[in-house]
Amino acid sequence: MEWETVIGLEIHAQLATKSKIFSGASTTYGAEANTQACAVDLGLPGVLPVINQQAIEMAIKFGTAVNAHIADKSVFARKNYFYPDLPKGYQISQFELPIVGHGEIEIQLTDGSKKIIGITRAHLEEDAGKSVHDGFFDNTGVDLNRAGTPLIEIVSEPDMRSSEEAIAYLKKIHSIVRYLKICDGNMQEGSFRCDANVSVRPKGQDELGTRTELKNLNSFKYIEQAIEFEIERQIEVIESGGKVVQETRLYDPNKNETRTMRSKEEANDYRYFPDPDLLPVCIDQETIEAIRKELPELPEAKRDRFIKEFGLSEYDSDVLTSNRDQAEYFESVVNAANGEAKLSANWVMGELSAVLNKSNIDITQSPVSAEMLGGMIKRIKDNTISGNIAKQVFEAMCNGEGSADEIIDNQGLKQVTDPGAIEKLVDDVIDANPDQVKQYQQAPAEKQGKLIGFFVGQIMKKSQGKANPQQVNELLQEKLK
Amino acid sequence: MSLNKSDIDKIAWLARLSISEEDTPNYLHDVSNILDLVETMNTVDTENIEPLAHPLEITARLREDKVTETDQREHFQKIAPAVDNGHYLVPKVIE
Repeated sequence: MEWETVIGLEIHAQLATKSKIFSGASTTYGAEANTQACAVDLGLPGVLPVINQQAIEMAIKFGTAVNAHIADKSVFARKNYFYPDLPKGYQISQFELPIVGHGEIEIQLTDGSKKIIGITRAHLEEDAGKSVHDGFFDNTGVDLNRAGTPLIEIVSEPDMRSSEEAIAYLKKIHSIVRYLKICDGNMQEGSFRCDANVSVRPKGQDELGTRTELKNLNSFKYIEQAIEFEIERQIEVIESGGKVVQETRLYDPNKNETRTMRSKEEANDYRYFPDPDLLPVCIDQETIEAIRKELPELPEAKRDRFIKEFGLSEYDSDVLTSNRDQAEYFESVVNAANGEAKLSANWVMGELSAVLNKSNIDITQSPVSAEMLGGMIKRIKDNTISGNIAKQVFEAMCNGEGSADEIIDNQGLKQVTDPGAIEKLVDDVIDANPDQVKQYQQAPAEKQGKLIGFFVGQIMKKSQGKANPQQVNELLQEKLK
Repeated sequence: MSLNKSDIDKIAWLARLSISEEDTPNYLHDVSNILDLVETMNTVDTENIEPLAHPLEITARLREDKVTETDQREHFQKIAPAVDNGHYLVPKVIE
């Protein structure tokens, strides 16, 4: 039988506010346990939550970026359950009137096709603390620094039909929240998390199959693997006569498998009700419009502009715009390089990204500024240096040896383009290698291309890589005839 | 609306309350009464009335995004039953 997969995703993105959603405690990651957990975060008696305006504005930003309806009146509700890292016994979330209503985004697949994925809603809520199960003997340690960090939970429609579509959607949302600078997107630190609802059904059937919810997915790779594993598992269960049980499953990246975490039989009954401590939030049209006007250029628009304005390929534009800082860096390089876009793209995606990956740093911390890189590309373009020598210059720039012009000057790397000087180099090498000359001249035309490499190599070596390769080639062919 | 004993047991379990077998009929009676009152309210025609999320018909004032709290961990942990290395300790919980 042919099966169809149905996937819906729930994304939790921590909002990049300075303080918590309902208290004035700091949200900085990595502080010593419980040093950023105030009386409100601890749920001590007598405290009252006060809503952080920035969290509201960030949620509106997201909503406008995905063309969603923004609620003019939004209500916070209590979601009741007991767990040690939730000291109040309830999480303040939203239920009936979430701040962001229905929206949609377009994703692009590797075969070039496009698809619209619906966003059911996005609501604001507070994050819980962290339970630490190791290192406290028979106890669990609770760190409440994370408790009260603002989250936006983005719920998709069950519109995705493969793990590829799910990853494309996830990457799109990831890139949007980072473009908007409302979330740092760090999956390792848990600022961007994802749960996946997965089910399968016979192809052509309208009714949805029983779904399972996958948790503990903290990288794009794991999410893809977990979904793939789960699809196979469900099909196997059904084909061997069994039934998929509705449950929460945990992904184990070490074993590459999912296993039961808790079944919905003992389903949580959250008993949502409006939080009496918080008044409804009203948002007027002017606020929404003001935020909409200030939205930055989003990845898709930027990509289209790069293709049109710079004549870059779709692939290059996609890679460059996948992250806003990189896209902005690239544009500065092009500016400094007098509009030389293709070469700039190659250097940003090639040598520069290799260096950044190697030292595991972000483009904003690049040892070579966009202006410096652009300055060097200008020198490739005007033939001051060859592409090969440029690699040497680039390395020197990475080591802080100055600008391209300074390095070219100091190390005497200027390319030799003087016809007389090149002719001398060519003549010297031809004179010194009579055997190879004979061999070349006797070889059939299709083998000469390969043999000429020997002479080019000798000349480049003699000139320490500084002879203009194109001129050398032309002159050699002339002289060896 | 009438409840039965197992409803009371479930509600108590959700709230992590322990109620004795002998008290259960009293709770059943009281909670049923409350729900009956809600049923009475449900008979009112609210067709064109917007639901009220809060009895005060005013809207929330928002806070500026500023860190105003300082570290008071030592102070708070004085009243905690057990702490270790800055963490609050609870009996081992693993799902």
